[in-house]
Amino acid sequence: MTIFLTLLHKEFLRFWKVAFQTVAAPILTSILYLVIFSNALDSRVVIYENVSYGAFLVPGLVMMSVLQNAFANSSSSIIQSKVTGNIVFMLLPPISYIEFFGAYVLASVARGLTVGSGVFLATVWFVDLQISAPLWAVAFAILGSANLGALGLIAGIWAEKFDQLAAFQNFVILPLTFLSGVFYSLKSLPPVWQTLSHFNPFFYVIDGFRFGFFGASDAAPAVSLAVVGTSFVVLSAATLLLLKSGYKLRH
Amino acid sequence: MQPAIRINEVRKCYGTLQALDGVCLEIMPGEIFGLLGPNGAGKTTLISVVAGLARADSGSIEVMGADVIVEYRRARRMLGVVPQELVFDPFFSVRETLEIQSGYFGIRKNGAWIDEILHNLDLTSKADDNMRSLSGGMKRRVLVAQAMVHKPPVIVLDEPTAGVDVELRQSLWKFMRSLNREGHTIVLTTHYLEEAELLCNRIGMLKAGKVVALDSTKNLLENFSGLYLKLRVDCTELPADESFHVVSRDVDLFTLRLEDFQQLERVLAGLRRAGVAIREFELQPPDLEEVFVRIMNRH
Ligand SMILES: Nc1ncnc2c1ncn2[C@@H]1O[C@H](COP(=O)(O)OP(=O)(O)OP(=O)(O)O)[C@@H](O)[C@H]1O
Ligand SMILES: [Mg+2]
Repeated sequence: MTIFLTLLHKEFLRFWKVAFQTVAAPILTSILYLVIFSNALDSRVVIYENVSYGAFLVPGLVMMSVLQNAFANSSSSIIQSKVTGNIVFMLLPPISYIEFFGAYVLASVARGLTVGSGVFLATVWFVDLQISAPLWAVAFAILGSANLGALGLIAGIWAEKFDQLAAFQNFVILPLTFLSGVFYSLKSLPPVWQTLSHFNPFFYVIDGFRFGFFGASDAAPAVSLAVVGTSFVVLSAATLLLLKSGYKLRH
Repeated sequence: MQPAIRINEVRKCYGTLQALDGVCLEIMPGEIFGLLGPNGAGKTTLISVVAGLARADSGSIEVMGADVIVEYRRARRMLGVVPQELVFDPFFSVRETLEIQSGYFGIRKNGAWIDEILHNLDLTSKADDNMRSLSGGMKRRVLVAQAMVHKPPVIVLDEPTAGVDVELRQSLWKFMRSLNREGHTIVLTTHYLEEAELLCNRIGMLKAGKVVALDSTKNLLENFSGLYLKLRVDCTELPADESFHVVSRDVDLFTLRLEDFQQLERVLAGLRRAGVAIREFELQPPDLEEVFVRIMNRH
């Protein structure tokens, strides 16, 4: 257990020691999004009865930060260790691939939830927000960040340079989060896009998370939970296989 | 006795390059073993497969009887490795680095031992400094310290004294010797052959992924290197005598190779007979550099 806890502790320290960059900066970004979008669109967009656009936007922004930061945590930690070479300190000791996976994913969840809570606390004052089913919201936040933590691990293992990781972030993570309904409800999209959105796993995370606030969502929350849960099982299996094989970590 | 490290027919290629070509090697407990070879010979690759940083294409490796693949957890606990590259984690101080490394080996409270290592490596005053702020030599010491946190019975150091000042080099030698006295098996690579000669009781030489020499330091020196006699004389020709093996000359300075001390007698007698007067005289004992060059040229 000590091995796992040490790895987890190290991963915590790694983002906490630079919390200004890893926690404060994404919170500021989210406040900017909220101020700009809700001011520009508040009177024009009505999604649910009695819910202002600003209030609709807050859970989306919270979840977007959770996901992006969970991804950033594991992926940047791995790539930094690989590029600087200090990954040997983790490859030499008797750390099992399961401990490695668990610690990185859990640290990602912690960073995602820390930033998510920060965004929530910073933005909730601007809007009138109800929380009708908090447990659903928490469940989606944890599962969503775990998914992205695992995906970050895969991306970090695969990438050999920082720009490859940036490409992954810009061409996969960012479009999938932006097109998942952070800023809009699927119902406001043309039917083709609605159908396509259902193939985007990020949609279910954000939609399910939003259910926790408004008690209403585009997809049934149980369906969303099943999709997000399945996705985590698949990503975990893939990551564990990569780690076990030593892919790109052990020549 | 069970070898500390047993390397059996290990092969490893990178693309078309055969980095290790059927290496067999046994290192016994209590040895200070020197792994020598020119740049690119495969020393680091060999250490990497022993440490599990790389996987051999074929062959098997055991550390203290534990197979490095099948029983990787036990094998890695037995092994401390000082990597060749100066790597560090810029997020942490020296002490944090060592505490984290202890935790990776499952050791929770390691403060007393960490203090002792810090003291032995003269790092106590740097304990709370960030890794980033240390000089290269200091970082090298921390790498050595990191390899020691779990008191491994076998310690492998890949060029521990590269880019290190005289003082640290000597304190590292002292440290390695004291570890060895306490029962640790030491394996080191180095390009400083006098260092290997001084420290190692057995030496293996690699060239292009193959072991080309493997013997005790004493035997290598006796079998491969004779005595060298440097002579400055009062003439430019030495008498023709079959006991004179001139290996180089520079006007009146001759270097002769002698098989043994008996031959010295014959050379001196020959000079006296020919009436040659000696102006300068220096006898050089065998040295590992000579052995190394001869073995590398032969293969
Ligand atoms: N990751 C790698 N990918 C491709 N080739 C590699 C890799 N690592 C080592 N090699 C090659 O394998 C050969 C052996 O390299 P190695 O690092 O083991 O040499 P070495 O004996 O440690 O040399 P040095 O004294 O310079 O440290 C070299 O030709 C090197 O280019
Ligand atoms: Mg090397």
